[in-house]
Amino acid sequence: MIFDAFFFSALLAGIGIALAAGPLGCFVVWRRMAYFGDATAHAAIFGVALALAFDAAISVGVIVSAVGMATAVFMLTGRGLAVDTLLGVAAHSALAFGVLALALTGERGIDLEAYLFGDILNVSMRDIGLIWIGAILIGGLLVWRWPSLLTSTVSEDLARAEGIRPARERLILMLAVAVLVAMSIEVVGALLVTALLVIPAATARSLTSTPEGMAMLAAALAVMATSFGLVMSFAWDAPAGPAIVTTSAMGFAIAALAHVLKRSHLG
Amino acid sequence: MNLISARNLAITLDGRPILRDVDFSIHAGEIVTVVGPNGSGKSTFMRALVGALSPARGTVTRQAGLRIGYVPQVLHIDRTLPLTVARFLSLPVRRNKAEIDDALTDAGLSPEIAAQQVSALSGGQFQRVLLARALLGDPQLLVLDEPTKGLDQPGVAAFYLLVEDVRRRLGCAVLMVSHDLHVVMSASDRVICINGHICCEGAPVAVSKAPEYRALFGQGTRGALALYHHDHDHGHDHSHDHSRGNEA
Repeated sequence: MIFDAFFFSALLAGIGIALAAGPLGCFVVWRRMAYFGDATAHAAIFGVALALAFDAAISVGVIVSAVGMATAVFMLTGRGLAVDTLLGVAAHSALAFGVLALALTGERGIDLEAYLFGDILNVSMRDIGLIWIGAILIGGLLVWRWPSLLTSTVSEDLARAEGIRPARERLILMLAVAVLVAMSIEVVGALLVTALLVIPAATARSLTSTPEGMAMLAAALAVMATSFGLVMSFAWDAPAGPAIVTTSAMGFAIAALAHVLKRSHLG
Repeated sequence: MNLISARNLAITLDGRPILRDVDFSIHAGEIVTVVGPNGSGKSTFMRALVGALSPARGTVTRQAGLRIGYVPQVLHIDRTLPLTVARFLSLPVRRNKAEIDDALTDAGLSPEIAAQQVSALSGGQFQRVLLARALLGDPQLLVLDEPTKGLDQPGVAAFYLLVEDVRRRLGCAVLMVSHDLHVVMSASDRVICINGHICCEGAPVAVSKAPEYRALFGQGTRGALALYHHDHDHGHDHSHDHSRGNEA
């Protein structure tokens, strides 16, 4: 029963998300943007409520609110509040507003849990198309701007001296995260999108010695975790997000253990 | 021939005036050191000269096609980013192995260090790697912004000897910000003292005698020559603590 159309749609969607999330997640780790990922993901829940209230497509509401959050955080950064305080306010308010708005619109048949934790049965052919457009967009952006993105991640000062504008690169990454969040929310869920960005990248770190190697390995690990997670989700009728993140976390634990053993063996 | 010249330059950041009335030029092969208290506008001055900031008033003219090598203040590379020295030197422009080996050798390092992770280097090694990176484009002008922050005294001395050596071999001009006054005095052709504007400038010994300089840095250094240029009617407030002037 595993090999039915639902499963393959979910797998196709999951692989698209994972291929983009792995490399983008490296930047999230290098630049300490994890909290920012949460803020955009929580804004996406608010986007679901907005879409329902205005009778728009869910994907439209989600992308508008995620991009809106990214832009707002970009504009407000460096204007007084520390970034993590700003994000703490933004992330949790967005989640509270979103859940409250969903409760108040009183829409029947809306399964909040599906948006918080993901639901593979949600995935339509149209979703798969949107996910792959998003993945190609993010992948192309990263390849195109790789030297500038990497240089401004290493040092904004050095980047400026090379004629790169670090603020523009930062905005590009923030918008890319917003797009990834919007395209992942139905499969992985808003509460766990950040984990899909962070865990494969963190796992790849101890196994690689160049940024390019880390990005590619993170993509491969994300695809593996997503595939196993979806098998688990489908076999046990479990929510997809937690299943994917669980397999991802197990991969992280194994890599960390292997790293420690190798070190103690050498040392 | 001047590599960079600034005329009547003023810089404003977020509506706050940082620098005003700056006239400055540096010519080929010259070593110029910028000194001044914290928050006096030294880094702003450097950034305006290399074109990273645009002037509120006045002009900055750079020689057409001027090649600048830039060494920032000690920068921290996060351990989460796997980065070999060779890859770091290839950012953002790809360099081949021969170029990287040459630059590392010029900066007083063994080419073998190219394969090491940047996060595993000592402070002194990392500053030399930053210098190597600046040397890669065959610069006519090296711009160093407090390049020895965080190094111990022997490390500081070794680094400035290296800079002098590089200048002699490669013939590039050097413009640097430094707090390491005593070391700098011997190496520089000219010292510029900045505190919101250029307080005084001239040969190192002359500047160390200038009242403006002593007001900023105390009486720690000795010298006996006249100033090349001396601006008497400056009006900055002396709210900074003079007794802590020699913090470098």
